[in-house]
Amino acid sequence: MLEVRNLSMRFGGLLAVDQVSLNVQEHEIVSIIGPNGAGKTTVFNCMSGFYAPTGGEILFQGREIQGTPDYKISRLGLVRTFQHVRLFNKMTVVENLLVAQHRHLNTNLLSGLIKTPNYREREQKSLDRAAYWLDRVGLLELANREAGNLAYGQQRRLEIARCMVTEPQLLMLDEPAAGLNPAETRELNQLIISLKEDYRVSVVLIEHDMSLVMEISDRINVINQGKPLASGTPDEIRHNDDVIKAYLGEA
Amino acid sequence: MATQNIKHALFCAFITLLISFPILGLNLESAGTTLELTGADSATIVAILVAAIVVFLFQTFRDSILTAAGKMPKLNRWSDRQPMPQEKRLKLENLFMTLIMISALIWPFIVSRGSVDLSTLVLIYVMLALGLNVVVGLAGLLDLGYVAFYAVGAYTFALLSQYLGVSFWIALPAGALLAALFGLALGFPVLRLRGDYLAIVTLGFGEIIRILLNNWTSLTGGPNGIGGIPDPTLFGMEFGRRIKEEGNISFHDFFGIPYDSTHKIIFLYLIALVLAFISFLAIRRLMSMPVGRSWEALREDEIAARSLGLSRTGVKLSAFTIGAFFAGFAGTVFASKQGFISPESFVFLESAIVLAIVVLGGMGSQVGVILAAIAVTILPELAREFSEYRMLIFGAAMVLMMVWRPQGLMPMRRVHINLQKQE
Repeated sequence: MLEVRNLSMRFGGLLAVDQVSLNVQEHEIVSIIGPNGAGKTTVFNCMSGFYAPTGGEILFQGREIQGTPDYKISRLGLVRTFQHVRLFNKMTVVENLLVAQHRHLNTNLLSGLIKTPNYREREQKSLDRAAYWLDRVGLLELANREAGNLAYGQQRRLEIARCMVTEPQLLMLDEPAAGLNPAETRELNQLIISLKEDYRVSVVLIEHDMSLVMEISDRINVINQGKPLASGTPDEIRHNDDVIKAYLGEA
Repeated sequence: MATQNIKHALFCAFITLLISFPILGLNLESAGTTLELTGADSATIVAILVAAIVVFLFQTFRDSILTAAGKMPKLNRWSDRQPMPQEKRLKLENLFMTLIMISALIWPFIVSRGSVDLSTLVLIYVMLALGLNVVVGLAGLLDLGYVAFYAVGAYTFALLSQYLGVSFWIALPAGALLAALFGLALGFPVLRLRGDYLAIVTLGFGEIIRILLNNWTSLTGGPNGIGGIPDPTLFGMEFGRRIKEEGNISFHDFFGIPYDSTHKIIFLYLIALVLAFISFLAIRRLMSMPVGRSWEALREDEIAARSLGLSRTGVKLSAFTIGAFFAGFAGTVFASKQGFISPESFVFLESAIVLAIVVLGGMGSQVGVILAAIAVTILPELAREFSEYRMLIFGAAMVLMMVWRPQGLMPMRRVHINLQKQE
């Protein structure tokens, strides 16, 4: 459903991403790994429309989306999280989820001002969806807390729930396990698998936690210094000499 | 420790002298055609010295004084209590608002003419502050040129009535819509700007409008302003002693009561009251609607908002447009109340005052903003007997407020939403 062909991103003299290709099938978890500064997040930023790539193509369900503004890409069903949690801190947990559903809501000002039945119905639907996902990630009791006051692991889960209420087809997670303890990582692990199995979304994952990556990925792409290094199933990657070299250095 | 305290205290006392002596201790008096510098009387000099000594003593024993003050019983006995549940609070708030509305309706009939006039001004500031609260408090866009939209509203009415003889009731929506259009026009160039840069551009925009009004003499009369702006009519009834327009009937004739100039003042007050109330309700509803939430989302984290499919353009423009709309309302009422407007009424200070109201009231909080609008408009009037010190008192009150309650009079509270568990 997503195909990235020969993606390049140049910042002045720096070629941050060089000829990276990637493809994601329906209901599949694909991981991008690589040492720090390899250009993983830059690939994400190009895919989600934060950067217009300087070369290559990105096809989402057969449509070229490179250079499309970020908010339009997310409306197509390609939603991402961030390496550093980006919640609406002063808003409550449930408000965070309501904001995310605005493209489903009738945004007509008048119908909201006079509260037409249609408007109420939609509002109720988005509340129900928010409640469902809060329950799913175990935050229902905290629905009316300010998002900024949650513990870090809860904020991470809220961010994923906030993506899921938009009913995406492809979810891009940028280091979702960063800063989590082992127990929380295991929960996250199950949550991501369940997103794929139960909700039929595809997931693209950037992660440094190898146990998580190896356990849940269907396929892995390795990037080193902006260039694609290897791609394949977890087993193939585990035994790939180039990958071992890149991670451990030349022996 | 002690020597440091004394050093610091001496320094503070010296600063007190340095500031107060030239201001209070020296007077300029006109002697014939020239000015003469004279010293103040000895009482003032003594007062300045006493002030310096008080500062010195306070700074020397500051630590012990502050500890003693901390041990005093709390002034606000409720400061530690649990927040009350949402339903109870909403009930109380509604009751409070109803009481305020009822007293506001009775108010003009029991107080003097001057007070009613002042109350109308308060209500105009309430409308302005509610509108700016959308832009600054909710959307987090620092707008220093808000007075421009106020001016657009006022001048729309003035020009329409002067050139086309349009009445208040048609000019009211026209002024608000035109102001909203200007809000939209300002929104476009500042889409990519945030924070300081945005503030500078909006400041410039405010000045452009004022300077334009000042210099376009053929249309706006320039600094001479526009006079003879008609009063609003009640179903075609005029409030003047004599009828200005053919076919109209005057209010006192229709009801067979003697002419009284306060009728008009009270009527204007009631119009302002209704408009302020409508603004309050409309913005309160907007806040709980998708558009209101997206304003706040944009304020909190623009990148996250965009990644969830909110268009920055749409959200920012809607905030500017809706904020400007209510300023247009306020401007039209202002023009009608004054009967005469000139660019002098729309200087930067007005923007600053409205912004101060929003910050003092508590960003995003409507009730807080209304309270602050009342306080900020009435305080300088109450302090009038202190003549030249009244702006000093006003400034001191603001500084103290920001030191002790930086979150504002009544900070914004999140709405509690009840959720049902979904299967």
